[in-house]
Amino acid sequence: MASKTVAKDIITLRGSAAIVSEFFGYAANSILYNRGVYPEESFAKVKKYGLPMLLTEDEDVKSFIANLTSQLSEWLEAGKLQRVVLVIMSKSSGEVLERWNFSIETDGEVVEKGESREKSDKEIMREIQAIMRQIVSSITYLPCLDEPCVFDVLAYTDKDVAVPFTWMESDPKLIANPQMVKLHSFDTKIHKVDTLVSYKNDEWDDQ
Amino acid sequence: MMDAGSASNAKSQSRCPLKDQLLQKRNSRENLDRFIPNRSAMDFDYAHYMLTERKGKENPTSASPSREAYRKQLAETFNMNRTRILTFKNKPPVLVELLPHDFTSAQPSKAAKPRRYIPQTSERTLDAPDLVDDYYLNLMDWGSSNVLSIALGNTVYLWDASNGSTSELVTVDDEVGPVTSISWAPDGRHVAVGLNTSEVQLWDSTANRLLRTLKGGHRSRVGSLAWNNHILTTGGMDGHIINNDVRIRSHIVETYRGHTQEVCGLKWSASGQQLASGGNDNLLHIWDRSMTSTSSPTQWLHRLEEHTAAVKALAWCPFQGNLLASGGGGGDRCIKFWNTHTGACLNSVDTGSQVCALLWNKNERELLSSHGFTQNQLTLWKYPSMVKIAELTGHTSRVLFMAQSPDGCTVASAAADETLRFWNVFGVPQVAAKAAPKANPEPFAHINRIR
Repeated sequence: MASKTVAKDIITLRGSAAIVSEFFGYAANSILYNRGVYPEESFAKVKKYGLPMLLTEDEDVKSFIANLTSQLSEWLEAGKLQRVVLVIMSKSSGEVLERWNFSIETDGEVVEKGESREKSDKEIMREIQAIMRQIVSSITYLPCLDEPCVFDVLAYTDKDVAVPFTWMESDPKLIANPQMVKLHSFDTKIHKVDTLVSYKNDEWDDQ
Repeated sequence: MMDAGSASNAKSQSRCPLKDQLLQKRNSRENLDRFIPNRSAMDFDYAHYMLTERKGKENPTSASPSREAYRKQLAETFNMNRTRILTFKNKPPVLVELLPHDFTSAQPSKAAKPRRYIPQTSERTLDAPDLVDDYYLNLMDWGSSNVLSIALGNTVYLWDASNGSTSELVTVDDEVGPVTSISWAPDGRHVAVGLNTSEVQLWDSTANRLLRTLKGGHRSRVGSLAWNNHILTTGGMDGHIINNDVRIRSHIVETYRGHTQEVCGLKWSASGQQLASGGNDNLLHIWDRSMTSTSSPTQWLHRLEEHTAAVKALAWCPFQGNLLASGGGGGDRCIKFWNTHTGACLNSVDTGSQVCALLWNKNERELLSSHGFTQNQLTLWKYPSMVKIAELTGHTSRVLFMAQSPDGCTVASAAADETLRFWNVFGVPQVAAKAAPKANPEPFAHINRIR
């Protein structure tokens, strides 16, 4: 990460944007793996955040996520990204089954004045680690997705953002009467990311 | 801090919680002027939300974290005018299914099956006049040839489920009757009929012929019967349980002694290794074939005394060996679960009503119980949580007898209200694809990984 090599614990806007977009890439991969959207065999283990993280080997998914994270990074640097949502939908019916919501609060001053902040890299990594662990353990309470699913990513940006050529407007793809679970958040002191997963109520849940 | 932000760009984020941020926007130029020439610029939804939410129509102190999160999301939804939602034009690749149901999930498919519809009314109701209102008898059984047999007074009727036709098997004389128990042999052709005089008749239902009469075993009426291949086990009002080999002349091969009052419940386990018997003495005995002794009456394996009323309802679990469910009469009203290996009571559930009969669902992990006063209902329970899935009402007096169709989908119930009802409570038979595990793709997947 850029911030680490330049100066100890100083985080710039660009560095923070990189941390957040990278986080999102790994989180998305983790969710796709854990929720069974793509077969387990198509993922490979890498070391990141002090944990074994799984990344997809599928070229198409890889390029999708890569394009996504680079665009997110751009928006983050401009301070225009409000949140990123990963939706999981049923392939057959298109019904939204799960919504992984990452809300982002940006420190406006940093965007305005180009300041930098201080926070220990280790601390941030620890916070991200906690979230990753929570994503993995979420399968214990999330209802089973036993039908083929597809995923999509929504970016909530400020209204004045110019829509890039490869993006288009979308509806929020909400779930009616969802169950929600709030996960941990992490903070680079420039961007604060809150994670929330909402899912369709499973009426048959005996517990 | 906030002012600096809003002056240049009203939409820039601040670090304050959502509420304050909305307050911020109120101070911007748009909303300051009270004279509103252009109503189209007004955000009525937002205004309404701000007005009503403040009054706290939901009590915030009792809000759970998830409710809070929902409210927050609702607030954000109203904030949508200031936000744009974008998504990639090129969607992520969709998984192409080469082999159905194998790759798409790690979880077993059984876990989240769609809820099946359980009809709340009986599919069919038949008349059953003269059905004897006696808790201790067992007057109905459904054979493997899909023929239901029911004893009404002195007569045994056969109802063919495939075409709905009724025929009479036998009417016994008044001195001999009434019929006190009835049970189909595993072949679905022969049927045993227990009588008030303590005799048991063995009939061939296709030829309509009496094959033999078992005598000399019991001293009073035979209220319960259970088949184990060629062994017909009979339970009597005398408390005795006799194993009869129906092929040989001297048919009594074994006697189980333990009950002190009428044996009203009698069921062999699926393996045929253990027999469960329940009596009016509130006892539940487990008898094991390995404990046979030729000289003296066989000792029971377990004597279970937890029930506080007659134990008539007995049912062995189809998916877990050595698991037995038993139900108690009016003074007990409980369903108890037992490990018949160890004799341990695994669970006890108070149903609130006399338990007359129990049936396990062969397709799902469910248990059906039939009851008396006051609801006369059939209750379907999820196992092992014992959550009530359904309660079927319709009978107007206690549901004394239950039998299951050979395909495991339909349950017949007969009650003292002289009706025989059929319920599609156990669902439709499973699709063959689910039952047959696809072992083939596994080896190939393995090889790919190694390479």
